[in-house]
Amino acid sequence: MLDASAISGASPQPGIHQLIAADGTSVADEELAPLVADVDDDQLLQLYSDMVTIRRIDVEATALQRQGQLALWPPMLGQEASQAGSLHALTMDDFIFPTYRENGVAYLRGADLAGIMSTWRGSANTGWDPHKFNMATPQIIIGAQTLHATGYAMGLVLDGKEALSIAYLGDGASSQGDVHESMVFAASFQAPVIFFCQNNHWAISEPVGLQAHAPIAGRAPGYGIPSMRVDGNDVLAVLAATRWAANRARSGGGPSFIEAVTYRMGAHTTADDPTRYRGVTELEEWGARDPIARVRAFLQGRGRLDEAAEAGVAARADTMAAELRNGCINMPDPAPMTVFDNVYTTEHAILDRQRDHYERYLAAFATTEGTTLEGSRS
Amino acid sequence: MSRLTLTQAINAGLRKAMEDDPKVVLMGEDIGTLGGVFRVTDGLMKDFGSHRVIDTPLAESAIIGTAVGLAYRGFRPVCEIQFDGFIYPGFDQIVSQVAKLHMRTHGQVRMPLTIRVPFGGGIGSPEHHSESPEAYFVHTSGLRVISVSNPQDAYTMLRQAIACDDPVLFFEPKRRYHTKGEVDLDADLSRAPAMGASRVVSAGTDVTLVTYGPLVSTALDAAKAAADDGISLEVIDLRSLSPLDYGPIEDSVRRTGRLVITHEASETLGLGAEIAAGITERCFNYLEAAPVRVTGFDIPYPPSKLEKHHLPDLDRMLDGVDRVLGRPNSLSGLEG
Repeated sequence: MLDASAISGASPQPGIHQLIAADGTSVADEELAPLVADVDDDQLLQLYSDMVTIRRIDVEATALQRQGQLALWPPMLGQEASQAGSLHALTMDDFIFPTYRENGVAYLRGADLAGIMSTWRGSANTGWDPHKFNMATPQIIIGAQTLHATGYAMGLVLDGKEALSIAYLGDGASSQGDVHESMVFAASFQAPVIFFCQNNHWAISEPVGLQAHAPIAGRAPGYGIPSMRVDGNDVLAVLAATRWAANRARSGGGPSFIEAVTYRMGAHTTADDPTRYRGVTELEEWGARDPIARVRAFLQGRGRLDEAAEAGVAARADTMAAELRNGCINMPDPAPMTVFDNVYTTEHAILDRQRDHYERYLAAFATTEGTTLEGSRS
Repeated sequence: MSRLTLTQAINAGLRKAMEDDPKVVLMGEDIGTLGGVFRVTDGLMKDFGSHRVIDTPLAESAIIGTAVGLAYRGFRPVCEIQFDGFIYPGFDQIVSQVAKLHMRTHGQVRMPLTIRVPFGGGIGSPEHHSESPEAYFVHTSGLRVISVSNPQDAYTMLRQAIACDDPVLFFEPKRRYHTKGEVDLDADLSRAPAMGASRVVSAGTDVTLVTYGPLVSTALDAAKAAADDGISLEVIDLRSLSPLDYGPIEDSVRRTGRLVITHEASETLGLGAEIAAGITERCFNYLEAAPVRVTGFDIPYPPSKLEKHHLPDLDRMLDGVDRVLGRPNSLSGLEG
């Protein structure tokens, strides 16, 4: 009963909505197709470009971590379609509550690349203004953000505003009590929230089979929340599924749950070594379902991706990679005394005393060692 | 004697406890196939089976809560919380259930859980990976709280914690995981120092410097540096945070008259506050100066680029020593 090692990590199962197959051919899906009938080849090329750029950002950030420029990086390799497809179903009025892995979503939302990297460099806890981009900052506590998204959506109802919130979560998070409680609240108050679960099959070393003995999407109906399983490596299907959920939210239909079935092709983070717990066969299987390759094949099949178009896509990715690298490498370290900033909105006598004492302490070093307050004393 | 890292010593302690008692089971996230994110449980699933080294779903409340149920059945669960900052979803189960069940049931139900928590900073991690939450648990009656500083204590005290019929929070200083030391793997547990005993780790005469966990080695370095200035520090490793063993601290302060307490956790209501009060009550007439605390600030743990400013280091400890000795220090001129 407790034999976790017997649980398989493999998955794709029937009942998963798809519009573009892994080989780039179209798939008929009567439920999803009408939702993306307006998406022409030009728009699909834009989605393709977004995915290529996200992947380039991921490669660059991984390299920067290896070079010691970032403290840590959570790769999103393989999940580009889930991130780009879901984001493009939203408007700027919708509020996003991401996990730590939605750095592609953050980029597409407009967040500054250096800002995004500041968190992973260890320079700041937050790389953008959540209110400016209607996007919360990376949530590290697994599943906590699903409650925030639900509460935000309850607020939208109270304010009579037609918008929605979306909570990104993973298969691992689906085990957390917070996630279940958020679904209870979302259903009770018919909150316009989308639970967007990227089932990437691995929670660090634990296969999805340990978190769920049946498809994760199957849980939501038990809470009274309609759900859908979608091929998370099919950007068009993800866009359609998220539009389905968004339409429900905007029309007073309440919460929806999407399970985007995808795969974490990289490590959990750069601190992780996945060769300790998963085999190459699985990796090869999922590599053959690559989210970018299928759109490339699809667009090529329609004659929309010639050399010039490919060059344009590559140029954008390269530009972003360079911007990321420069922004990261040239990022100044935070000043020592900022360690006391923003703990409270106004003064706090005890902390103010500690700040004063530490300022004197650093000043004493400046006197004895000739260093400045802003400099490092080590 | 074997030369082991702190992680290897904990691993050996877990192995010994599982060999000695078939009711010992391990639970946690990524502790099985992966061997834990710090490799503390490396190889244990292979040797003891996945029924005793249990990779759990991602739910800290469930890890602690189901361990309570297992304890009702007579098991001795050893739960791993992956990082200090991840313990809070399990906080309710620890505080409301684990800590209280023995008293609630008139002593009829025992909760021999051991909850292992890698804690503290200094490893350049993102938010929630560098916290020092020990005071919450010291403040909670019904729990015993341990923090080890070296491989031998890690091996011995982990076995003592698992053998203990009370629930034990076992804090492991993650930035010292690779520290090596001699470990006597065959030591008789009944002859080991008591789990609740603090220890003088460096004898001295001028100032008593009390600490635990990751800062013990920093404090020992500070003692060496102070000796170069002709100042003799007596360093005490608390080892047990609940109960506090005041004996060696009292003995020391009666000789030195001066007390400095240092820890990574925030100052307000931290162990330093408790020890300053406890020693003032016990040794008031021996104190030559007010006890001094050298601690992390009262702030959420900062981004890693700033953590060196938050964490007490050798220099800040020595500044505290100067303060308690009335030597020139960073706050000279402020004292009234």
